[in-house]
Amino acid sequence: MGVATKLNAALDVDESRRVFRVSRQTFVDPAILERERREILDKCWLYLGHDSELPLPGDFLTRQVGGRSLLFARGGDGALSALLNTCPHRGAQVCREKHGNAKAFQCFYHGWVFGLDGKLRSFPGKESYPDDFKDRPGSSMCAVPRHESYRGLHFVCFDADAESLADYLGAVKEYLDVICDQSTEGMRIVSGSQEYSIRANWKLLTENSVDGYHAVTTHATYLDYLKNTSGGLAQVGFNGQARDLGHGHAVLEYRAPWGRPVAQWIPAWGEAGKMEVERLRASLVARYGEQRATRIADYNRNLFIFPNLVVNDIMAVTVRTYYPVEPDFMAISAWALAPAEESAWARKYRLFNFLEFLGPGGFATPDDVEALEQCQKGFRNTAEAKWNDISKGMGKEIPSYDDELQMRAFWTEWNRRVFGVKA
Amino acid sequence: MDKISRVDVEDFLFMEAELLDDWRLPEWLELFTEDATYSIPATDLPADASPDTSLFYVADDRFRLSERVKRLMKRTAHVEFPHSRTRHFITNVRIFERREDELLVSSAFLVYRVKDGATDTFFGGHRYRLAPHGDSFRIREKRCLLDTDGLRSQGRVSIIL
Repeated sequence: MGVATKLNAALDVDESRRVFRVSRQTFVDPAILERERREILDKCWLYLGHDSELPLPGDFLTRQVGGRSLLFARGGDGALSALLNTCPHRGAQVCREKHGNAKAFQCFYHGWVFGLDGKLRSFPGKESYPDDFKDRPGSSMCAVPRHESYRGLHFVCFDADAESLADYLGAVKEYLDVICDQSTEGMRIVSGSQEYSIRANWKLLTENSVDGYHAVTTHATYLDYLKNTSGGLAQVGFNGQARDLGHGHAVLEYRAPWGRPVAQWIPAWGEAGKMEVERLRASLVARYGEQRATRIADYNRNLFIFPNLVVNDIMAVTVRTYYPVEPDFMAISAWALAPAEESAWARKYRLFNFLEFLGPGGFATPDDVEALEQCQKGFRNTAEAKWNDISKGMGKEIPSYDDELQMRAFWTEWNRRVFGVKA
Repeated sequence: MDKISRVDVEDFLFMEAELLDDWRLPEWLELFTEDATYSIPATDLPADASPDTSLFYVADDRFRLSERVKRLMKRTAHVEFPHSRTRHFITNVRIFERREDELLVSSAFLVYRVKDGATDTFFGGHRYRLAPHGDSFRIREKRCLLDTDGLRSQGRVSIIL
């Protein structure tokens, strides 16, 4: 069956009967992945990095984004460039280091030298080229078609005609503001990146990242652990909402019993921690008033930015992005985001908190990895067992954080982009 | 302290590896001092990075290490249920510094993990701080320095390295 004949067949939706099903074919079919690359990864705004990762002139990093090899660099004038990491001459990757500091980049193959902005500076044997060769546009490294940022988060888009990043993010911006406003000096990416993979379709991690329903069973051992920590948890239950933010973006905003370095105290942090957390909270109240301070400090946010970026402001803040490699294999990169001005105490507890839950060595993420891989294995039965159900909470006026509204938001946008099906 | 030989250290590390491969984790935990740490830094960090200021994969104090062991012995630690099979190969053992009350030891590791049709390979170097204890040792610090490209093929480090 060709892709064209599957048009309209990816989702089975009937609002009146509260049915919302996703075809499992979407997780296993190479033709679907090909279409996702073309209609989603080639057209949506994708996360490149954070400006705090390149603090000094000459700082650079290389990163795989949307199937491309990119070079992200800060020039001598402080300007940030996002370049396609390929030599305009014969194609070799110009920069072969993951990160560093440089005055210029030299392609080792034939020795062409480029500035931090990708402009060709010198090349051996120039007497064999026309006089204006260096200044021809095709002689310099290609910049990505679009590169814009919001609150220090840099995005690229390979569709030159795409809407602006600000329009694309839409209602997401307000949530990024809430997360970034916890800092007076701006958020920073902490050194150290977690790079891992899951033998499962990339969309399963989208669902999992905003899934409030799975915590009690999948993460039973994490919750056991929290109960065993000295003094236990904050006296707060799980309680909150899911919101569809449009464009496929979605958020869960809820209270939870774990400690938040900005700023929900737990007994394990002791009196010193209590003073620190109270100081942070007082500063938030002074800056934003009681209501917004409470939202920043006490509420968790699992924010999903279509198609593959997660900013979770939970027991720590993580930025996580992931890409399909094959229909049944994805590559994931994750970082910790923290206020630049944070005290050594808060930074230490933030990172300690992060590792309790998050990342491939934590007490929770490995069980998510297992769950996603088990789903992928279950999809071997797709010929007969065809559908996933994500109908939980349909028809409710205010969907709970543990309903599946946020997944329906993702899939509706996915279907619009991949198959042109309007909701 | 001066009489302790590399073979003594090797005997201890081989015994530790056997406890891990046999899933005798509560016994393995007893090898650690009360103030012990167990860590796996992210692979883009220097070997001496601090978990207080940089993001690791694992950075356990003794309490969290004991909780890790408790967790791994439960059926609800889904990623390790049923338990994977592992084999820890420990080699290149060297005492590189003798302090008044502890030895600094380095070794190389190669760990295979097999579960449900997939084989994962972890390799790198161990750094230990070992305190003599009777005719054996107690571990004050165990740091696992992965040589792999993050965990890009393994996907998780749910076992002890």
